[in-house]
Amino acid sequence: MLMICGDESYSAEPAASSSLPGCESWQSEMKRRGILLSSAGLRPTSDATTVRVRDGETLIVDGPFAETKEQIGGFSLIECADLDEALEVASKHPAARFGTVEVRPIWES
Amino acid sequence: MTSDAESVVASAFREEWGQIVATLIRITGDWDLSEESTQDAFASALERWPVDGIPRRPGAWLTSVARNRAHDRLRRDAVGAAKLRELALLARADGAAENEDADGAFPDDRLRLIFTCCHPALPLEARVALTLRSLLGLTTAEIARVFLVSEATMSQRLVRAKRKIRNAGIPFRVPPPHLLPERIPAVLGVLYLLFTEGYAATSGTDLVRRSLCSEAIRLTRVLAALMPDEPEVLGLLALMLLHDARHAARVDDAGDLVTLEEQDRTRWNAAEIAEGVGVLDRALRLGRLGGYQLQAAIAACHCTAVDPADTDWAQICALYEQLVRLTPSPVVELNRAVAVGMAEGPEAGLALIEKLEASDALANYHLLPAARADLLRRLDRLEEAAAAYRQALDLATTDAERRYLARRLAETVGT
Repeated sequence: MLMICGDESYSAEPAASSSLPGCESWQSEMKRRGILLSSAGLRPTSDATTVRVRDGETLIVDGPFAETKEQIGGFSLIECADLDEALEVASKHPAARFGTVEVRPIWES
Repeated sequence: MTSDAESVVASAFREEWGQIVATLIRITGDWDLSEESTQDAFASALERWPVDGIPRRPGAWLTSVARNRAHDRLRRDAVGAAKLRELALLARADGAAENEDADGAFPDDRLRLIFTCCHPALPLEARVALTLRSLLGLTTAEIARVFLVSEATMSQRLVRAKRKIRNAGIPFRVPPPHLLPERIPAVLGVLYLLFTEGYAATSGTDLVRRSLCSEAIRLTRVLAALMPDEPEVLGLLALMLLHDARHAARVDDAGDLVTLEEQDRTRWNAAEIAEGVGVLDRALRLGRLGGYQLQAAIAACHCTAVDPADTDWAQICALYEQLVRLTPSPVVELNRAVAVGMAEGPEAGLALIEKLEASDALANYHLLPAARADLLRRLDRLEEAAAAYRQALDLATTDAERRYLARRLAETVGT
């Protein structure tokens, strides 16, 4: 899983991550290589709502899970032979040039 | 006979451990299984060799016992047939595994192990710890001592690192050529850290630490043999050899530090110096200068001077200037200031040191006031020198350094 993180104040206009410059060519290259399984951009954290259930009570709070400068703006699910390939794919993502791309393996049964 | 067998086991441990573990990891992909099976093989050797005699080729014997152990365990766990088949294939009599992988240009499993242990996805301390464990067979307790942490902490760190290798899918290989430029520095950094870890321990007679130096040199030799066109690999090898050549003269009989100026140069290892200079020449001929080559060149200037007065300080200054440009750091600046003080006189050195002090970058580094003290002493500004020695004494971290500084202070106050 690639978590695409960036500073939201960077682009005032909430934009889908797929409209990032360079994103489309990244997606088509990774699809062609059979690496990209799915991908989506997230709406900004101003549209986020956080849910917690504690002692049977549901707490609903507006806003994201963590108040940090960088927020997850989208994700891509990729399938790679090893970490080096995943890092190469992540480093080619246009968001890596101004934000952060976190590479995390998913649980496999 | 018994002690004979034991010493062969000990030397086989140094020579073969990393190779056997690395080969088993490549085939099974299981770090713990590989280490445990190799450990079992050495345990059997300790039992069997004193009784049965030492095998003609100890390495082959150990490899095949380790392989059989791994095979048995995997069969008990009923894992993939492919792994079992490969382990069976390993049964070549010489035990030297041929690697016919795609990246066959690097035919050494130990090298794969180095690069995997030093993957940038692992935290730096874990890289060193994992290298010590997997490649050199140091116990967790020994590694914990090197890092001055508890055994439990170190054991956890190792478990986490191995888990990350497995779960994140860090590949067991020498990276392809296009990744090498960004990966080699990490590997060289770990090897140099291994070396300095062994070299800096001037007090005490800790054998673990001393052997770190020779193991670091041995591994760098492996790397240099496999990558003869990487000038920085050769540069690091030369640097280690040239430092190591002086180790016998660095400490006196009382265990006190002896400065370069006061060292008995007849106790330097001439053969090692000659080799270091030769390796450095080879590196420089490749025409791609780097930090390790420059440091080795500086070390060579010291090593080839017949006495302190013969030292080519102007050349050393020029090398430091290049080093400052290439790998700028306050410590390099400080060393350059000392060299300038030797080449152009203490006042010129002092001016550079005062600039460093103003920048506050080395506020807690005892060698900064120590260097200033030396320059002041040479200018006969003894009171200021004494104050600087006291400041250095407050900041020094090892007993040997404190004893040295106290001696200097006493001399300064006394004269």
